[in-house]
Formats: sequence, C-alpha cells, structure tokens
Amino acid sequence: MNRQSLENPSDTSLSRVDGAAKVTGTAIYSAEYAVPGIVHAVLVTSTIAKGSITAIESHEAETVPGVLAVISHLNAITVPGWPPKKQPAERVPPGTAFRVFYDSLIYFDGQPVAMIVAGTHEQAAHAASLVRVTYRQEAHQTHFEKNMGKSGIPLNAQRAQNSPFQDYERGDASALHNADVRIDAEYTIPTQHHQPLEPHAIIAVWEGDDKLTVYDKNQGVKSAQGQLAQAFKLPRENVEVVSKYIGGAFGSGIRVWPHTLAAVIAAKQLKRPVKLVLGREQMFTSVGYRPYTKQKISIGAVKDGRLAGIVHEGTGQTSMYEEHLERTVFASRALYACPHVATRYRLLPLDVNTPTWMRGPGDATGMFALESAMDELAYALKTDPLEFRLKNYAESDPERNLPWSAKSLRECYELGAEKIGWKNRLPEPRSVKRNGMLLGYGMASSLYGFHRHPSRARAVMQADGSVIVQSATMDIGPGTGTAMTRIAAKVLGMNAQKVRFDLGHSALPDAPGQNGSSTIPSVGSAVHVVCEALKSKLIALAGEMSDRFKATGQVVAKNGQLFSPAEDKDGLSYADILKYHHLNELEVMEESKSGAERDQYSMYSFGCHFVEVEVNPLTGEVRVTRVVTCADVGAIINYKTARSQSIGGIVGGIGMALMEHSAMDHRFGRYVTTDFASYHIPVHADVPPIEVYYIDKPDVQANPIGSKGLGEIAIVGVAGAIANAVFHATGKRLRELPITPDKLI
Amino acid sequence: MDIDHDAIPPDAPDEDRRFFLKQSMFIAGLSMAPADFLQAALAPDDGPVGNAVKVKLSLTINGKRRRISIDPRMTLLDLLRENLGLTGTKKGCDFGQCGACTVHVDGRRTLSCLTFAVMQHGSKVTTIEGLSDGEKLHPLQEAFIKHDGFQCGYCTPGQVMSGVACIREGHAGSADEVREYMSGNLCRCGAYPNIVDAILEVKKEGTKV
Ligand code: FES
Ligand code: FES
Repeated sequence: MNRQSLENPSDTSLSRVDGAAKVTGTAIYSAEYAVPGIVHAVLVTSTIAKGSITAIESHEAETVPGVLAVISHLNAITVPGWPPKKQPAERVPPGTAFRVFYDSLIYFDGQPVAMIVAGTHEQAAHAASLVRVTYRQEAHQTHFEKNMGKSGIPLNAQRAQNSPFQDYERGDASALHNADVRIDAEYTIPTQHHQPLEPHAIIAVWEGDDKLTVYDKNQGVKSAQGQLAQAFKLPRENVEVVSKYIGGAFGSGIRVWPHTLAAVIAAKQLKRPVKLVLGREQMFTSVGYRPYTKQKISIGAVKDGRLAGIVHEGTGQTSMYEEHLERTVFASRALYACPHVATRYRLLPLDVNTPTWMRGPGDATGMFALESAMDELAYALKTDPLEFRLKNYAESDPERNLPWSAKSLRECYELGAEKIGWKNRLPEPRSVKRNGMLLGYGMASSLYGFHRHPSRARAVMQADGSVIVQSATMDIGPGTGTAMTRIAAKVLGMNAQKVRFDLGHSALPDAPGQNGSSTIPSVGSAVHVVCEALKSKLIALAGEMSDRFKATGQVVAKNGQLFSPAEDKDGLSYADILKYHHLNELEVMEESKSGAERDQYSMYSFGCHFVEVEVNPLTGEVRVTRVVTCADVGAIINYKTARSQSIGGIVGGIGMALMEHSAMDHRFGRYVTTDFASYHIPVHADVPPIEVYYIDKPDVQANPIGSKGLGEIAIVGVAGAIANAVFHATGKRLRELPITPDKLI
Repeated sequence: MDIDHDAIPPDAPDEDRRFFLKQSMFIAGLSMAPADFLQAALAPDDGPVGNAVKVKLSLTINGKRRRISIDPRMTLLDLLRENLGLTGTKKGCDFGQCGACTVHVDGRRTLSCLTFAVMQHGSKVTTIEGLSDGEKLHPLQEAFIKHDGFQCGYCTPGQVMSGVACIREGHAGSADEVREYMSGNLCRCGAYPNIVDAILEVKKEGTKV
C-alpha cells in the first residue's frame, strides 16, 4: 500500500499547466472574448411563480438610447427545433425542457420573460428596469412540506422496468421488527445552489444563417454542441462551442439552460454577436440547484452490532415541466452488508425551475441521512461508530451480488482514525470542553459510483519531439489539463513541459462532459491509450532505423527518447525519428471505453471523513476546527491537484452542513436569499486546515490507468460527519440542514 | 449644464485637477437647480439617464495614464473589463460581496464593482495585469502556483490582489489573521487552505511585495 499525503515533500506532482494564466489574469473565461461588434443583453425575469403574461409594456425601454431590441415571446424568432406553438398556449406535459420566449406561460418565479439588447451593459441594464410586465396570476405551489402528499413515483420508473429509480427490496425489510435496537428518523436538506464564482455567461455569434459559435460556460462542449444543433436544426459541425476556462460549475453547467438559448436567439434575430452574463441573483433561478429533499430512514441492528434491516425513502423536489432524478437512496443498497434493504424514491413537482445535479448529486444528500442514522444507531447500541461500520463492512456488493473491482475502505477508516486520533475520543456526548467550547468528533463513510464513458483522444508528435494531445473534455476546476499532461508525459517518457493538452472546444475528439467524476476514468484512459499507440508507432518507426528497436518488448521510453535495451546508454529521440522519416508530425487517434468488466465487477470510489468541531455552548455557533479525509479512488494521477479537489469537496460539505440554504418566501414563490450576503458559502475564516490522504492503489479492473473519480466523493458524507461531530459535542442530533446556531440553543 | 470637454487641451499638464474642478462644478450645479427638477431627479421612478452625457476621466492604470470618456453609470470593474480589455479582474457578484473584482486604488484594496469609474478620476489603479514585472511573476503569484491556491481560477486575481495587500497591511502575521483578513474573497472551489499557505510563505520569506 502506498499511503501518501501532500504534507509529504517527496511528492513529484505537477503544478497546474494553466497556473500562470490563472494567476496573471490572462486565462479567458466565457464573457471575456473580444468579439467585434458585440452587443450586451440583460434578462427581465418573471415576478410571479405561476400564471401567464398578459402584456409587456416595453415602449419606454425601447426609447433608451443604445437599445436595439426588447425580445420576448411576442417577437422572438421561431426556434426551428421546437414544436409549433399552440393557440391558446397550453402547459407542457412533464418531461419537456423549458422553452425560453416561447409562449405566455409562467412556470416559476425568475423565469426569463424578456431580454433587452443594447450597445452597452449600462444601457441594457437601465432599459431592463423600465420593462413593465403584467400577468394573470394563478395559485402556485412551492412549499415542499405542505405539498408532500402530492409526491409520486417518477415517470421514469413507471415507464422503464429496469429503471434504477424503481422501488427496491432485497431480503425482507420487515425483518426490521426483529432488530434489538432501531432508529426511525426524518432528514431534511433544503434547496442549495451551486453558485460558482463565475456567473454563467455566453457570447453567441452567428455567421450567416447556419453557422453558430458560442463562447459558453458549460461542462460539456460536445453535449452543448448537440443540444444547440438540435434546437436550431443545424448540422453538428456548424455549431462551435468554445469553453476553455470555466470559473467553477459543480453541476450548474451540465446542460444548456434557457438563458443560453435566449442569447443565441437574440444574436440570430439581430444578426449581431450577443453577450449575456447572468446577474448573481439570476443564478438562483436560471441554472438549477440541489433539490429540497426529505428522507426517512428506518434502520435496526441486533445486539452484536450487525444490521438487521434498512428502509430508506427519499422525496426530491422537481419542476412542473421536467423530472429531475437523483441517486438519493442508492447508497443504502450498497454501502453495508445488510441482508434486508428496501428503498423508495419519489418526486414532488412544484412551481419552481428544474433542479440539476450538484456536487455529489443524490449521494451527498442520501449519505447525510444514512450516515447520521448509522451514527445514531451506534450510540443506541453503545458501540463506537467506526467499529459499528467495520462490523457491517461489505466485502462484496450486496446489491448486485458482484465482487468489488477494488475496495480499500477498511484502510481508509484505519488511516483516517489514526490521523485524527479517534481512539482518544471519549464516547460520551457533550463530555469534553476546550477553551470553553464543546468539543466533538464525528466521522462518516463516503462512496460514489464509477462512471466511465466512451472517449476519444488524439496525440500528435511534433517534429521537435514535443506532443500535442487533444480531447473535447473540460476543466471546470479540477485541473484536467494538468492530469492529462501527466498521463501523456508518463506513457511517452517525456518531460511534461513538452506536452500540450487541448480541451474545451467542440471540434476536438469526442469526450463526455465533466460530470459524475468521469473525466479521469474516461478521458484519462483515452489519453493513456492514444499515447501508448503513439509510442508503438514511434517504436515501429525506430525499428526501421535500427534493428535493436525491433525487439519491441524491451524498448522503453524516457527523456523523450527510446532505449533498447532499457539500460542502453544511447537513446533515439522522438525528434530524430520524425526527422529520419521526413515527418512533420505523427498523429494517432484512439477511442477508449469500458468492456465486459462492467458486468463482472461492481465499481465504486470509497472514502471517509473525520471531523473535529467546536460548538459555542452559549451561541450555538459551530466551527469546524480540523478535518481528515481519506479516499480510495484507485491510482492518484497528480497529488497536488487531487488534494485540492478533496479540500474543495470538504469546503463544499462545510457549506452544505452549516450554512447553505436557499430560503423561499412562499407567498410569492420567490427566493429571498439571492446574493452572497444572504446565501452563505464558506469563507476563509470558516475553513480549518484539512488533511488529505489517499490509498493510491490502482484499480486494475476499472480502466487502463487504474484510476477512479474523486471530485464527487470528496463531498459525499461530509455533512453527515459534521452533523455527527455536532452530536458528539452537544448531545443534539440535528437532522435538518443547515446546522445553524438557532437549532442548537 | 453640458460639460465643455473640448475646452480641455488634450495634454494640459494639470488636466487632472482642472478636470476635477469642472466635474465638481457639474455636481455642485445641482444644488442650484430648480426644486421641481431635483424632485424629478430623486423620484424613485426616475426616467432614463439614457441620454446622459459621457464623462471624461483620466486615471492611471498599471502605470499607464489613460484618458477616457465614459458613461457615468459605468463601474471601475466594467471599465476595466469591457472598455479596456483588462479582463483579469473578475466579476463574481457585482454587489461587493465576493472580492473577485479586487484591485488596488492608490495602494489600497478596493472592490472595483462598488466603485464608479468616474469616482476614480486621478487615481492610480493596479490590476492583476499590472502586478507582475513583465514575464517575471510576483512572488505571491509564484506561491499560488506552488501551493495550488486555486482550482477554476476565477477568484484568483482577486485573491492575489487581496493577498498582496494583506501582506503589505501587516495582516499576515498568522494563519488565523490571514483567514480573517482574506474573508472578503470568496472561493467556491474551496482553495482556502492553499491560499493561506501561499500568503504565509511569501510573508515569511520577507520578499518585498
Ligand atoms: S464582483 Fe465585486 S465584490 Fe463581487
Ligand atoms: S478557484 Fe474557483 S472560485 Fe476560487
């Protein structure tokens, strides 16, 4: 086992390949492309949650100097990929993506109803304030708790027999009655928003009627290209999506949102490049969110600490027009060796915009409930929470009845426990004080499914022996380019300085979007495979130059040269190989995807978090004072950037657990927390030192690089660990997030 | 009450001061305006300022004197990003709540989104683009790269500008102090511990920042 932490100076990580661009401000994000003739757009959004528009009074706005157009459903061009409008307008059936400026109907507060386009941002913003929209209002339902009775089985599960969102049962969940100790509890997570620091932005540019370029903030250039091509009935290659630098997303860029289409519509209508940047307040209704979710867990164990049964039910919020599904209850099926498990998942449609996946989607939500319940049950059994988990350790996947491809969760537990000093923890809640503060320790497990999608990559060796590797993958922050550079440099035995990795452009070879922790598993594999193929080609060409390279098995690549045998003093450089063969460049393209192993093994990333908190006994203020996180995600490609990703997940988890709450005023169906002053995210002062450890053992079944995803698992379980630490500190079990002081006094 | 822009000779040596005087007169002029005009101007549903005159201003950005004529509603942030192509300074909220737009005005860290450009007449503004010495990065920029003090990079220019000021102000004495004095700069990617390490290291090395 190779345990490492970056506190360890033997680390040979690469610093970010785009580091200099980011620290000098020369990295160009979506709103920052200098496009000649650009005009500025500002959205006007609805002020009711349900009803229809009766009039849009825009005369005054139109007279503002510089205003070029006020676009709404009254005058927007027809989007060719959308069905003809109904007269009178009819509400769409569930499963229909929202169509901006399509008809007069209002589905949620904050819905775009008009857009001003003007010469400058100031002119557009001023004119937007002058547009008067009148509505015929209908009664809206936005209150989750009051409408719980209207939740139902997702249509997805009703339609598809094999939908994972079907009710699930193994063994006999009524076995819970035989449990010696049993917990029945309800957990609530309010709506929480991604709020990446860069607001969503797009610049849309049409060339003629059939060629579209967008500089857009999203998480998948290829899927954005596909969605735009479909909407505007264009051949895919006529749509170019450029998204090189993304200022964070965490899921908010997973799909093409209405505002993106609004800008594309305006650019087409005006025949001018249009820039639209969402205001921070618009980021609360324009790009999805982690849905309000209510969960119920019944869990029991027999005296010796073995689980007797788990029943996990979850209901998530969605919009009236679309179903948004999450893995909320899935972890309960796979994490512990429990013979009797039942899960049920329901959706509650409300007059709100559609949620979307947010870091650790579903699992972060579900694991808060499951790991809180496990902790509570451990206390009820008078067992150590960590020991209780070990007692129910699943040696194989109890859901699919398959062996794990690899699982070192036990080692994660041991390492994390050792580092935080778990054995010194006094089990009694509210028993320890430090500097007048209540001190508590909590832990939680973490898991996240393995996702690998077909991916392509191209590698082009240049005449000077440097290499360009390309794939239409993304970097929303994890450091994709850096990790890919590392993979390529390793396979080709080259200095990373001689590798350039291109991403974030739709013309590059096919790759999945950056979500579900799939980038390293998918694209990393493609980069590995294409570099291996390039190396083989180089070896073959070298074999034509000298016989010693014909024994391909003994050739090794290092320092940009081939050696055969490995210990040979004289190498043959890549530049010389290309020169000898009169090649300006040497190009290889490969695809990589999963195979039969998917059905032979169950694949997950695993991990755990240990948290220390101090709670002020008078004010109820919770400070996280120390975190130790340990993950088993297969091989670690680049420690420095991986560690940052783990830290980022913990910080996101601190926000989820202690502060993030999108509060709505249900009289209006409107969020009242629409800026960073009211929607709190962690700041410097909220974040303690965070220790990150990895098991770093390649999962040889998973893919050629033995590496699984890290970004999502980094946050999964964190909220549970914090809630458990708060219980240990205070003796109060809080099952509703966020854990704010009012709940502790 | 139009401003007589053309009356200012383009290279007048003390243009800044004279221009400032003219601006003050323009503002002071309001107090002499008839009451009903004032009433209208202050009414909540005031009409468009759409045909407001452009205002000339002169300021030094990254050591370069700039003379520009702008919409008076324009913030310093938008001036940098939209008019001058200095997009290194980021807009994260436009409400003064995130710190992404931090620049130095006359040496002090300033939220450029909360500052109208016209208020900075005669000021010296330093943005992230002006921090490094040509190709040579500022020590804190180097430290950010070394400590991986960022992920997506969007908060980074603001963090770096704030971090430099934090050290100069003498507020980088300990990790806790840095955390306190950097808390106006949000990082949704959560790079905080690495940012703190970067700042502390530069402070410890004692290099002039
Ligand atoms: S953009 Fe100025 S503080 Fe956020
Ligand atoms: S690095 Fe992304 S917000 Fe700080």
